[in-house]
Amino acid sequence: MPTSTDNIILSFQDLDIRFTLRGQVLNAIRGVSLDVFRGESLAIVGESGSGKSVFTKSAMGLLDANGTIAGGHIWYDGKDLTTFRTEKDWLAIRGKEIAMVMQDPMTSLNPLKTVGDQILEAVLLHQDLKGEAAKAASIQALAAVGIDDPERRYKQYPHEFSGGMRQRVVIAIAVACRPKILICDEPTTALDVTIQAQILDLIKNLQKKLDLTTIYITHDLGVVANVADRIAVMYAGDIIEVGRCEEVFYDPKHPYTWALLSSLPQLGVKGQDLYSIQGTPPNLFYEVHGDAFAPRNPQALNIDFVERPPFFEVSPTHKARTWLLDPRAPKVEPPEHIRQLREKGGAIHD
Amino acid sequence: MTEREKLLEVRDLRVTFGNRRHPFTAVDGVSFDVYKGETFGLVGESGSGKTTIGRAIIRVNPVSGGTVSYNGQVISGKVSREVDRQVIQNIQMIFQDPMASLNERAKVDYIVSEGLYNIHKGLSEKERQEKVSRALAAVGLLPEFASRFPHEFSGGQRQRIGIARALIMDPQFIIADEPISALDVSIRAQVLNLMSKLQKERGLTYLFIAHDLSVVRFISDRIGVIYRGKLMELAGSEQLFAHPLHPYTRSLLSAIPMPDPVGERNKQLVVYDPACHGYTESDPPQWTEVEPGHFVRGDRKELDQYRKLLGQ
Repeated sequence: MPTSTDNIILSFQDLDIRFTLRGQVLNAIRGVSLDVFRGESLAIVGESGSGKSVFTKSAMGLLDANGTIAGGHIWYDGKDLTTFRTEKDWLAIRGKEIAMVMQDPMTSLNPLKTVGDQILEAVLLHQDLKGEAAKAASIQALAAVGIDDPERRYKQYPHEFSGGMRQRVVIAIAVACRPKILICDEPTTALDVTIQAQILDLIKNLQKKLDLTTIYITHDLGVVANVADRIAVMYAGDIIEVGRCEEVFYDPKHPYTWALLSSLPQLGVKGQDLYSIQGTPPNLFYEVHGDAFAPRNPQALNIDFVERPPFFEVSPTHKARTWLLDPRAPKVEPPEHIRQLREKGGAIHD
Repeated sequence: MTEREKLLEVRDLRVTFGNRRHPFTAVDGVSFDVYKGETFGLVGESGSGKTTIGRAIIRVNPVSGGTVSYNGQVISGKVSREVDRQVIQNIQMIFQDPMASLNERAKVDYIVSEGLYNIHKGLSEKERQEKVSRALAAVGLLPEFASRFPHEFSGGQRQRIGIARALIMDPQFIIADEPISALDVSIRAQVLNLMSKLQKERGLTYLFIAHDLSVVRFISDRIGVIYRGKLMELAGSEQLFAHPLHPYTRSLLSAIPMPDPVGERNKQLVVYDPACHGYTESDPPQWTEVEPGHFVRGDRKELDQYRKLLGQ
């Protein structure tokens, strides 16, 4: 487990991101700090609208035109990415250092260009290769993501590929630039369960082979148990719990993490209602007071509505933003099935 | 178990696409029953023909062989106008992607009551509006939402509108085609709970189509596993999870992501290879009931093996 500071490859510090919509200001990210360690695989989990995509896109300069970084820093390789203004600055980072796999392989490929051309484009731009050598590298990239008969497939168009195969192509394009960090934004949401397992396996193998740092973005906690070293749970533009994979699954501390785990159908008991989170996330056009999850939390404390909780450390690698961890707080037990999960997983602090 | 009333009977269903020169059989000899008041889950990967079966039942895709009977009456192939109307009224469908299945330019009021307009029930405007608000209330939406457009709603709310649109016809049977695949985990739970609540209140029967076995297990009484247009295995959902026989079922089960890091790391992914059976012309695979209510497809050798497995 890397902990020392020189192992940090990407660091977000007190990041604030705002969007302006019809004259109103939306606080999409509210003072978030997060360190990403070299070689790890980190999962950022949250509902749609929680800001998980915006948060990671800010490190690639891919915010929409009405979005601005209003405060904080993003450190990568000694440079503060928040000071970047021109496309030229970004092109040195985007794709080359930090690459991204988008959610839907049906829309993220250009239907008018052959798959080979699309990989070639990335190779020509970021690797110092030309002509036949570049073509060979592209074919090799196709083979590396597990596509059979890459020479023939190279000349085909995206519509000749199935969903899972297209996602492999998207990964090939991302990896062809030899990035240090690979961001996977819901890489399997649009795919079948069997294909999902294969794609996650592929990303895991590539990570090992190419010495990548991977960041997964997903809404489904069930998916990341297999792939993540660390998990950060995001709610309403803030990270509310972060810890090692085992810690978050077997010993979650924040009521929102409990709620997310409880609503997984894998844990449901037939004949009983699945746990579902009541209410809706807060409107980020207004300032959020206290713990953003408090209005939806039936066991919220009074202070949750008044003051934003600080991070309480559970272990050196595990911290959560909830007043429940304050020594003065009453003891609130997580729901039954989460305790069962913990027993199943056995002792984690060994 | 045999006493239960069959609501839907599908026998040797075949659906073929393409023209005579290049036919493509999407559904090949599928037979199953759906009993009244139960949830029947149909699981398979994309392209397996699970959606096509649903669409063939509701008469959207023409069948090229076999029959579908509803309440003892054949509803596939050429039927009278009367029967066609009954099918439309009694069987409704919920679609996968709530972002794409609602008419963006129509108000919720029209979307929900479109079925009523088509069936010409001779309702007065007031009765119609009342029905719309009742359908919206049943799915947990406010009646005043009727005057809004779909883009004003979140994904979960849109799927509720999709369900309200099905409910307004007072159907007995609902075909839900991947109703939660496009939704967030937390919203999934809400929609699944809503569906089981409606089932209890109205005695609905569901055909639940999905690719994710974990979701299907939670909601279904019985599950059919389909692969390339053929049913591979069919059993009660607990039985299927406890004793999966067919290798394809086992590969699907192994692919379910579990929220358990230790278990996940040690898990072996089973990959299904259709060539592993080694079927021969003299001993073709048969769709056989190996124990009461548990069907599986296999040749004689495999079936013996399966029976032995179950005997243990």
